[in-house]
Amino acid sequence: MVKRAVSLIGFMALCVLFASPGAVSGQDVGVTFDRILNAENEPENWLTYSGGYDSQRHSTLDQIDSDNVADLELKWVYQAESLDVFQTSPLVVDGIMYLTEAPNTVVALDAKLGRVFWRYEYTPSNLSRPCCGRVNRGLGMLGHTLFMATIDARLIAIDARTGRPLWFKQIANPDEGYAMTLAPLIIKDKVIIGVAGGEYGVRGFIAAYEADTGEEAWRFYTIPGPGEPGHETWGGGDAWMHGGASVWLTGSYDPDLNLTYWGIGNPGPDWNPEQRPGDNLYSDCVVALNADTGELEWYFQFTPNDDYDYDSVQIPVLVDYPAQDGSTLKLMLWGNRNGFFYVLDRQNGQFISGDPYVFVNWAESLDDNGRPVETPQAEGEPTFPGVQGGTNWYSPSYSPSTELFYLSAWEGYGSIFEAEPAEYEPGRLFLGGRPGNALPGAPVIPGIRRGAINNWTEAAGTGALIAIDPATGDERWRFDMTDVTSSGVLTTSADLLFTGNREGYFHALDARTGDLLWRRTLGGMIANGPMSFGVDGDQFIVAAAGHSLFVFGLPE
Amino acid sequence: MTQGTCFIAMRTLCIVTTILFLTGLPNPALAQGDHVGQYAQADIEYGLRLYRTTCAVCHAESGAGVPGTDISSATPRAQTDFELVALIRNGIEGTAMPPGEYADSELTALVAYVRTMAELDASNVQLGDASRGESLVMGKGDCTSCHRLGNAGALGMAPELTAIAASRTAGALQAALLDPNQAMIPINRPVQAVLSDGTVVSGRRMNEDTYTVQLIDDAGQLRSLDKTTLREFTVVEESPMPSYAETLTTQEIADVMSYLLTLRGVEGLD
Repeated sequence: MVKRAVSLIGFMALCVLFASPGAVSGQDVGVTFDRILNAENEPENWLTYSGGYDSQRHSTLDQIDSDNVADLELKWVYQAESLDVFQTSPLVVDGIMYLTEAPNTVVALDAKLGRVFWRYEYTPSNLSRPCCGRVNRGLGMLGHTLFMATIDARLIAIDARTGRPLWFKQIANPDEGYAMTLAPLIIKDKVIIGVAGGEYGVRGFIAAYEADTGEEAWRFYTIPGPGEPGHETWGGGDAWMHGGASVWLTGSYDPDLNLTYWGIGNPGPDWNPEQRPGDNLYSDCVVALNADTGELEWYFQFTPNDDYDYDSVQIPVLVDYPAQDGSTLKLMLWGNRNGFFYVLDRQNGQFISGDPYVFVNWAESLDDNGRPVETPQAEGEPTFPGVQGGTNWYSPSYSPSTELFYLSAWEGYGSIFEAEPAEYEPGRLFLGGRPGNALPGAPVIPGIRRGAINNWTEAAGTGALIAIDPATGDERWRFDMTDVTSSGVLTTSADLLFTGNREGYFHALDARTGDLLWRRTLGGMIANGPMSFGVDGDQFIVAAAGHSLFVFGLPE
Repeated sequence: MTQGTCFIAMRTLCIVTTILFLTGLPNPALAQGDHVGQYAQADIEYGLRLYRTTCAVCHAESGAGVPGTDISSATPRAQTDFELVALIRNGIEGTAMPPGEYADSELTALVAYVRTMAELDASNVQLGDASRGESLVMGKGDCTSCHRLGNAGALGMAPELTAIAASRTAGALQAALLDPNQAMIPINRPVQAVLSDGTVVSGRRMNEDTYTVQLIDDAGQLRSLDKTTLREFTVVEESPMPSYAETLTTQEIADVMSYLLTLRGVEGLD
């Protein structure tokens, strides 16, 4: 333990010597593409939404370990003024934390003390109508500029030193239901975003903008237009124009392949697939795009012609896995909302394996190509997983140390789906039915926001943190919770795992065994991805609960 | 052999295991409740009563009171039940159909009645008498020996009846009277905890998380228990409530239902 602490202090001393990792020849250039590319070399910082381009949400800081984790104490709390759900993951760069507060306020704080340098409060247009909460999940940063995607579909560049807006770009029309809730991804000199609005009949897209000007560099529509491959999967009518396929979580990037990977949301109308006959590409897919041009390299579809709103927007987790012949497998791990855990070859999208991680009855298996063998339930009977899925936006984690994949799951949770015709009207919900309660008469598990009382009980579903061995698809261990969970997961090189739950508990588990090592009650639902950072040789762990951000560290 | 082949081989084994796992699991939700699209007789009958007092003045007993509209045969502005609920709640702008404030149980009943009124022989419907029902609840039914009602009755043993009509449909109330086991919703399942010293605590859950449970015990005491220290913690799936199918007549059941459907708590407060 002492050795680990010393090594961190040594590293920090090196950082001080060079003023900051962003300093080149004495000039502070802020966050560079090269720094994000090599984020593992500066674990005291958290430079992009999932910690690094591989989106493993894994910190190599190891000062906090299984011997001292029980000593963790609260260092500071930041109380948001917003009462919306706190889903953001902060960035930390050279001792400064950059945080978004719902819906679209940016705050810069002293990461060690929690004191505020500045706040930039952007007021979104009254036309904005995000389906599922006025939330924001975080920022991108390049140089000294922060980038925020807003719920009224603007991309705003902000000076990280002053909080002053530098430029903005109107990406799409919020009056038609377009919104943005994700943290932008920075690749080279571009800012990449995607649009939400899958419940309003939008036509989704991913687009890249020049970081210095906001000029659009490329755009990839997640529904192919006439003449493009895949257009025929929308039934030949005009369903493609309003088919959703939105994007609302941050993608990943493989610099060797120069591919950026993004998960795509549900087709619309959500629950009436008869209005959109065909596979509905690229809804419920992962797409691999050339990071310079936005051209599609490959895609893999998890749920063709989706009946259930099984968005496939989950974080693409990239793992270089050692093969037995000494080579390295370039894998993508994916815990999907449809209840299956997938392993793909991220070079070409080839399906390697897929297994259910929760009780599933909408499909009995996946075929050799990963396509589901579907088993639709009779009318009025519950489908598992239910509409919120086996998992959802909650960031998973992969630990290179344990070689396990970790995700938050809803177990034994179903919905009764009812389809009905829907007519598209711009800016109006375009749903085509509704998910019903699998337990008629009983309270429904809240989809997004939990109150103080659980009155839906274990009969409606329970929560679990599940550790999966990617080599076999087997569950290695699980940590059961009474209520379902919406928390992301963080692992560290000390083989610790941090996660919260809707009950307001924040946990430290042994990443190898699932044993509970420490917990605190934070008094509100935890719905963001925990992260870790270091300042002056000290490691900190961060979680948001309710309307506040909590920062923990070891005693002085 | 590359690790990739190894992945595929292991997966085959995994699928076999998974299928066994899936087929062996009981489905906790399958045994619960009615299918979508079916209407409980009690909701239809309650809907008839509501219809007569709130709708019939315009739509007439037959449903054809508004010229050009016969809601007993079709509701073209509301194809689905969901849309019919919205229509009753919001009214129709520019027409004489006003918006109305209804409890969910009333909306359920009105929809059930409108959808079935063409086939229903209203003369055969046995409408209860609420004042007789009140006497039965307090007397022969002995409901307050377990249920709280206003300032009377037990606190911790069963759901409070004071505002029961605000949260239960007529169908659900009738099911609870006739088949309490089937009708009991999960949060009302009684729990029993054996403390570390052997003390047995019985009561009704108010809230629960991974480590603790909050309940009101049979004596009406609020208790918060650390589950990790309990010897046993049991959720009882069998309702302690007796069925009244044999002990009350059909007319008496209708009377009790009529009374229960008046219980909406303190007037003016939600």
